[in-house]
Amino acid sequence: MIEELLPNVDWDKMWEATLETLYMTAMATAFTFVIGLALGILLFLTSPHQVWANKVVNWLTGAFVNIFRSIPFIILIILLIPFTKFLLDTIRGANAALPALIIGAAPFYARMVLIALREIDKGVVEAARSMGAKTSTIIWKVLLPESLPALLSGLTVTAIALVGYTAMAGIIGAGGLGTLAFLDGFQRSREDVTVVSTIIILLIVFIIQWVGDTITAKADKR
Amino acid sequence: MIQLQNLSKTFVTGNGKLIAVDNVNINVKQGEIFGIIGYSGAGKSTLIRLLNGLEKPTSGSVIVNGHEISSSSGQALRSARQKVSMIFQHFNLLWSRTVEDNIAFPLEIAGVSKTQRTERVKELIELVGLTGREKSFPSQLSGGQKQRVGIARALANNPEVLLCDEATSALDPETTDAILELLVDINKRLGLTIVLITHEMHVIRKICHRVAVMEAGKVVEMGSVLEIFQTPEQDITKRFVAQINGPEEAGETIAHLVEQYPSGKLVKLVFVGDNTEQPVLSRLIKQYQVEVNIVQGNIAQTQNGAYGTLYLQIEGDSLAINEAINYLHEQDVQTEVISND
Repeated sequence: MIEELLPNVDWDKMWEATLETLYMTAMATAFTFVIGLALGILLFLTSPHQVWANKVVNWLTGAFVNIFRSIPFIILIILLIPFTKFLLDTIRGANAALPALIIGAAPFYARMVLIALREIDKGVVEAARSMGAKTSTIIWKVLLPESLPALLSGLTVTAIALVGYTAMAGIIGAGGLGTLAFLDGFQRSREDVTVVSTIIILLIVFIIQWVGDTITAKADKR
Repeated sequence: MIQLQNLSKTFVTGNGKLIAVDNVNINVKQGEIFGIIGYSGAGKSTLIRLLNGLEKPTSGSVIVNGHEISSSSGQALRSARQKVSMIFQHFNLLWSRTVEDNIAFPLEIAGVSKTQRTERVKELIELVGLTGREKSFPSQLSGGQKQRVGIARALANNPEVLLCDEATSALDPETTDAILELLVDINKRLGLTIVLITHEMHVIRKICHRVAVMEAGKVVEMGSVLEIFQTPEQDITKRFVAQINGPEEAGETIAHLVEQYPSGKLVKLVFVGDNTEQPVLSRLIKQYQVEVNIVQGNIAQTQNGAYGTLYLQIEGDSLAINEAINYLHEQDVQTEVISND
């Protein structure tokens, strides 16, 4: 029955492509979280009236974030080919997609981190300062825990965007469901392969959303 | 304990300079509860933040227990802050932490070990009366309970000074009284010096020993609470005192009283301090053949004793009335006869 409906789907290949997509999404999300968080914190703390208030650093970080957030991802991948080649000696495969994925997503997440940190009640930071807390203590024990729900829901949105990015990266040979849908499906006119790839991508997105929402709700004690 | 010398703070804003604190000189004694009252914008919030270095003065100095806060920075300022803790109008608890973890936070900052933290937190929870709520999150507490957490947190590192930034302004009157009682209790038990800012005169009356009145960045009047209530000099002080006493009895109302009580003699008594506790009135009635009516009165308790005024109508034969008034004059009570038959 399934064979008849989907004559061209090779399930082993489909499974392999799914794992590649999951691998790229997971790795890119992890790096994006760390780099985006660092950039977001830097943006926040160097903004006016904050502990590290510094116009130059704030402007430079802001410019970097805005530029890389604005370049369409498909163009960013192409622009970064020399960089990827220099870094990994190849431009094919799941790992080769990671630099572009991270550089595309981290600035996006940094903005969300900034918004999350701005939402924190200034009084709480003032209270921590009045107790003699160092800036590092304020970052780790006040800013991050107090903005955790927003950081997590932002990460969920970013991870979902990254699933989309991996599919785009697939078109230039990163592997995963994007490659399968484009090369095996579209270019060889096997619509069933494209449809099944799409359904799996949708499932991945729904699962990420559900997991993200559940964890966010759990973290929120307000 | 705390010396503020020629303290000024100017903010540069878009519309030019704003002088928030203008040449303030205050000495707060060890173990004292010192109140600073003023309307919003008077500069009291800035002033209290100068005391723990959250704001830096433009000029002048802040010395707390020998440490010059105004010129400290870095590690020196951070250690000094552990001895000058603060509670806030909006409590400023970490919503992400439970009650016990909120109280443990300043101990973590001070580098206290886990076992000692657990022990100290337990003591503090008992001290502020929150036993049973250790594992609750701030969102599950009432305003009064949140402020108790704030107080416990502020006391964690055994501070020498407690700064209260409108600590009861967000609470209902009953909870306010409970929190104020807790502050007095802490002041007495731990000998803690407390500086509080407020715009509510009843907070000053209830717990402060001395008070400074602030207007437009300046301290316009300062003295013991009893003194300020008895003889307010500045208009703004009179307005604050009127928050509690009601408006000053104008000549008209006295005339009105005289009209309403035409017989006998109308006498105004002013009680200040300890006299209020002496049974002046009951002796008056027992010893003299007079009838005494209380016409109008107002007695309030402060930390340095009670004060208030009482209007009496004394009826009887004129000899007895005169004897009774002489008796009142002999007592340590200001007596003024405001009507004759």
